[in-house]
Amino acid sequence: MLQIGDKFFGSRLFTGTGKFSSAELMEEALIASGSELVTVALRRVQLDGSEQDDLLGRLSAPQFNLLPNTSGVRNAKEAVFAAQMAREALETNWIKLEIHPDPKYLMPDPIETLKATEELVRLGFTVLPYIHADPVLCKRLEEVGTAAVMPLGSPIGSNKGLKTVDFLEIIISQSRVPVIIDAGIGSPSDAAYAMEIGADAVLVNTAIAVSENPVQMAVAFKLAVQAGRMAYLAKLAPIVNRAAASSPLTLFLDE
Amino acid sequence: MSSFKEVYDKMDWEESKASIYSKTSKDVERAIAANHRTLEDFKALISPAAAPYLEQLAWVSQQLTLQRFGKVIQLYIPLYLSNECNNICTYCGFSYDNKVKRKTLSGIEIMQEVQHLKQMGYDHVLLVTGEANHTVHVDYLKKALELIRPHFAHVSMEVQPLDLLDYKELVPYGLHTVLVYQETYQREAYQIHHPKGKKSNFVYRLETPDRLGQAGIHKMGLGVLIGLEDWRTDSFFTAVHLDYLEKKYWQSKYSLSFPRLRPFSGGLEPKVEMSDRELVQLICAYRLWNQEAELSISTRESEVFRNNIIKLGITSMSAGSKTNPGGYTVEQESLEQFEISDERSPKVIAEIISAQGYEPVWKDWDQHLM
Repeated sequence: MLQIGDKFFGSRLFTGTGKFSSAELMEEALIASGSELVTVALRRVQLDGSEQDDLLGRLSAPQFNLLPNTSGVRNAKEAVFAAQMAREALETNWIKLEIHPDPKYLMPDPIETLKATEELVRLGFTVLPYIHADPVLCKRLEEVGTAAVMPLGSPIGSNKGLKTVDFLEIIISQSRVPVIIDAGIGSPSDAAYAMEIGADAVLVNTAIAVSENPVQMAVAFKLAVQAGRMAYLAKLAPIVNRAAASSPLTLFLDE
Repeated sequence: MSSFKEVYDKMDWEESKASIYSKTSKDVERAIAANHRTLEDFKALISPAAAPYLEQLAWVSQQLTLQRFGKVIQLYIPLYLSNECNNICTYCGFSYDNKVKRKTLSGIEIMQEVQHLKQMGYDHVLLVTGEANHTVHVDYLKKALELIRPHFAHVSMEVQPLDLLDYKELVPYGLHTVLVYQETYQREAYQIHHPKGKKSNFVYRLETPDRLGQAGIHKMGLGVLIGLEDWRTDSFFTAVHLDYLEKKYWQSKYSLSFPRLRPFSGGLEPKVEMSDRELVQLICAYRLWNQEAELSISTRESEVFRNNIIKLGITSMSAGSKTNPGGYTVEQESLEQFEISDERSPKVIAEIISAQGYEPVWKDWDQHLM
């Protein structure tokens, strides 16, 4: 089982709640995915509790742990404030820290993210920061007490797969906290690949929500994540060149 | 300060226009196939040569919009605070020379309207005024924001252009988005359509988005009034403006609108007609060129057009709008800015959005995020 902070997860597929064509379909797809951690944008929910919230109402299945995210904030100060609001409104101290001041490509700001993580950890939050695939930043986040790191595979929403794979492998090899590959996973094969290289979990949203059949796609991702994890545990056979040299280079040693 | 004026001064209207009209089908095909589309590609996509490719444009636009925004349409409503105006604009119902009784909402009246908009289900509101600096000044706007902010997740504003310090003062009052349309980038035509009032200052208006960027406004909206001048050339200038702003004020979001001139009491006939097909072409061209900009469609457009544009690249819509101050409850017969075309209620529009497989989204921001 995967442990993050004080929680255990049977499923290594984390999901998002945006971009679905209806709240009903979202609920159905998320249940089909088997996901136990779903992230929800604070901007989309009623934080004052004054009205019955459509989106939250659809996330009430017992297996779902809510992971509020700070999408929309532009710096550490705004992020810390938003996280405090989320803790109060949604009664969880888990926060997916998203600080992307650039609204065009939604690239995460490493400086503000590190600052906010440090402060939020101090305030008792379980912090899961969305970051670029930057191995040094991951170590710095570890040092200030992050619960996990969430490096991107490619730009968020792009479905381009693991363009950052070389850096993800470095991050995975040296991380002491769970590594969740967060953005750009466009197909189940991308998810399987991420798990095969040793990611602890993946987070998928667009590829499920925007598919023609989100429920079926959710199941496909669920199976891909399981397959990728099993392959990682079983250890992939090494890739070898097929032919051996016709005149072996070390033959002289036998003479 | 450096501003868009420096870019604008190097451009030539007639040259740009000739370049757009000389684009060929080859240019269009290259633009459609490109991975990253340039401003030259945008010219090709809005050119007459792209007309036969409309179905293909619509398909690509739909795919790009789905990937970026998903199957959702954001809903918002305008709240007209005042129709007092000291400008003469040849195309606008609020024009100073339109001798009709004027109205500016009081605090109590604002709250009456707010209550009505909340009952309609809205959480995103757009505040609109004319330009009457003696009554609808920064202090009035501050008071209005103070009253309105607690009731809406997102507040945007389409009022007279303000100074940098004014914008900076309004941000802490919950101002998230400002829309300011250039009307036309054709300078001579601009002077003809805006002969009197502060709005006759072309450059002050042209530099408004720069001031918004410097004030740290989260989102700004650009556009031209279609019907005043050649829409293709005006749209190209809009795109150049957006391109400049995106690079300079990289933390801001942007939205685009494409209002077509509508009838109003004593109104101007459009100089240039834009067909529905051409409007679809423009919307799709914007999307192919820019995947991140929010594209908005108002109740100026017809029911049929609005029903069908949902899937083609649009990301936000208004519904049930009134274009006069007090129009919802307080004084339903006051002077309106223009006649709306689609009078269906937000509930009906939300049902139409759902029926097309999209989710109508009422809330996509939170005051606690800023």
